[in-house]
Amino acid sequence: MEFRHKHIIALRDLSKEDIELLLATAESMREVNSRDIKKVPTLRGKTIINLFYESSTRTRTSFEIAGKRLSADTVNIAPSNSSATKGETLADTALNLLAMKPDIIVMRHAVSGSHYFLANKVNCSIINAGDGAHEHPSQGLLDMLTIKDRFGRLDGLKVAIVGDITHSRVARSNIQGLTKMGSSIYLAGPPTMMPPGVEKLGNVTVCNTMKEAIQDADVVMMLRIQQERQGKTLMPNTREYSRYFGLNPENLKLAKPEAMVMHPGPINRGVEMSSYVVDGDQSHILKQVENGVAVRMSMLYHVCGGELAE
Amino acid sequence: MNLLIKGGRVIDPSQGIDDTLDVVVENGRVKEIGKGLSAPADAETIDASGKYVVPGLIDMHVHLRDPGLEYKEDIISGTKAAVAGGFTSVCCMPNTKPVIDNKAVATYIINKARTEGSCNVFPVGNITYGMNGERMAEMGELKESGCVAVSDDGKPVKNSELMRRALEYAKGMGILVISHAEELDLVGAGVMNEGFTSTELGLKGIPRVAEDIATAREVMLAEYTGAPVHIAHVSTEGAVRIIRDAKARGVQVTCETAPHYFTLTDDAVRGYNTNAKMNPPLREVADVAAIKAGLVDGTVDAIATDHAPHHLDDKDVEFSEAMNGIIGLETSLPLSLKLVNDGVLTLQQLVEKMSCNPSEILGLGRGTLKVGGVADITVIDPNKQWLVTAEGLASKSKNSPWLGETMTGAAACTVVDGKIVFSGR
Repeated sequence: MEFRHKHIIALRDLSKEDIELLLATAESMREVNSRDIKKVPTLRGKTIINLFYESSTRTRTSFEIAGKRLSADTVNIAPSNSSATKGETLADTALNLLAMKPDIIVMRHAVSGSHYFLANKVNCSIINAGDGAHEHPSQGLLDMLTIKDRFGRLDGLKVAIVGDITHSRVARSNIQGLTKMGSSIYLAGPPTMMPPGVEKLGNVTVCNTMKEAIQDADVVMMLRIQQERQGKTLMPNTREYSRYFGLNPENLKLAKPEAMVMHPGPINRGVEMSSYVVDGDQSHILKQVENGVAVRMSMLYHVCGGELAE
Repeated sequence: MNLLIKGGRVIDPSQGIDDTLDVVVENGRVKEIGKGLSAPADAETIDASGKYVVPGLIDMHVHLRDPGLEYKEDIISGTKAAVAGGFTSVCCMPNTKPVIDNKAVATYIINKARTEGSCNVFPVGNITYGMNGERMAEMGELKESGCVAVSDDGKPVKNSELMRRALEYAKGMGILVISHAEELDLVGAGVMNEGFTSTELGLKGIPRVAEDIATAREVMLAEYTGAPVHIAHVSTEGAVRIIRDAKARGVQVTCETAPHYFTLTDDAVRGYNTNAKMNPPLREVADVAAIKAGLVDGTVDAIATDHAPHHLDDKDVEFSEAMNGIIGLETSLPLSLKLVNDGVLTLQQLVEKMSCNPSEILGLGRGTLKVGGVADITVIDPNKQWLVTAEGLASKSKNSPWLGETMTGAAACTVVDGKIVFSGR
């Protein structure tokens, strides 16, 4: 099996086989992360630029560690603004960076689709670390790896995703990826946060209540409520949101006893999730973060098209 | 220059003509229409056999970007694009720099068009001073300066009281108000139609109800004040229904749509194509069907392009950052002819919507081949096949979603004031 994609921009663009390959490689990368000396020479001499137009701690650090563990040279850039109307355009920034001959640009950008725009301008590989409300493929992959770790499979699982689906790139990547892998996705959230036609994105059922979504679920994935994204018109306040769409030890009992709880972070404790659930036995949130490094090593490795240095 | 346009299928709905006839033009006027006419002295003969001869096409909604935004388009290039598309008259919208809220700018446009342009240019002045939606512009003087309508196109008049007064005042001055009908709170930061495609692409949507509500407001204000209103670039099923119902009640409302709204859906945005980004946005299959039905039953009076030239720098950027609008002057005729080929419209209806009705709505006194009238004539080759290329377009800007596509139908000859200004691509 060969990975034929130069870029990883969206899980929508990948096949089931591509995803299986990325996950399998990630599993083998975990061995590196458990060593005393966590480094392999796989990407030695390769240059990776992490270009983050939106702030990020987790994802950027994870990509940076992933690159370093593969012996690539990684550089982080966080331009002060993300608007093409102010200062240098994205295309010009990219062309200037390209002149320094990077092998991969890992970019996070607030504008959906900006990675496709970039991919048309440059000849290095592009990895999407999140674009607007479009996709966040590395998050989708690390979520799938974490689910696979728990259940040994992805097909036939009931996955509930609860929160602001409209503004969530995490939800879109999970819907695209999990559908390809055979899971069933149940969405819940206020109708103000449910985008039109979302049921056609994959094997998706839109539920009227949170209870309906998490009933007998194998996976309960909660999304971050971001006051700055939801603005003033999508919900009354976080108190009421929490009351109807927050996960707590009581409503978690509706899910299967062995159900796992996930969250892409950062968490608003007490809003979308109670601390008892965040820190509880069923929480796999830190395993998601741990798997993030392995998944991103796999992504970097495959877009470089190299061979595994065993 | 005198002309004999020989043997074409002359279609002039204003006189109920549809026959193979000759047209004689003398001193800029239509001299005679009939069979077997002979050429007057010093006449150039145009062989129109196999072609349509129609009253000069009128595009009542274009952006010429002059003055102020000449890097996108100017009156010279814009009117060249117009005549290449078969248009003998265009109405240019006032979102220029400065805006057309005073006599000086209107006069500049009219004079430049007269001396350097290729076709008639009728400016549309502003509804509000500075186009800032706060206070009425001097509509009386704008009309006297040659403006044929007022509009704040691109920017709806948000204040309903001001819109009501503008309709009343404009009626008194005998000038038509053209509304860009969108409820801005509902548009928000949207960049494309709200629907499945926006969900999949993760782009913020503009719901159709934003246009429907604003259209309903304009219709109700027109009904209440008894003043006429024209709705620009109708794109939704709801707006068509609202206008149809209003017309049935006798409200003085007219409207236009653009070729992209009956040709494309928001599927064209896939790939984050900024040449499929405009305002209002491309809608869905049901809307395209409703627009066509509205054209057929007369709800939609006119086809106008909303020709909106933008420089590569304004379009070759991330989707959300790209400016709204596409050029349309040179592709409007073939895209509209397709409606005839597809059996949606008759040729007569097409000529009505691209010439007679815009003239009637704006009181231009054109849109006809009546003997004695101004000789604005378009000769159309309905079978001409041509490839849309950046180099082949006369417009300064190349922001067309049809680049690389083959069009069927084109202007074979465009005659303005009795003079040949374009003779085929």
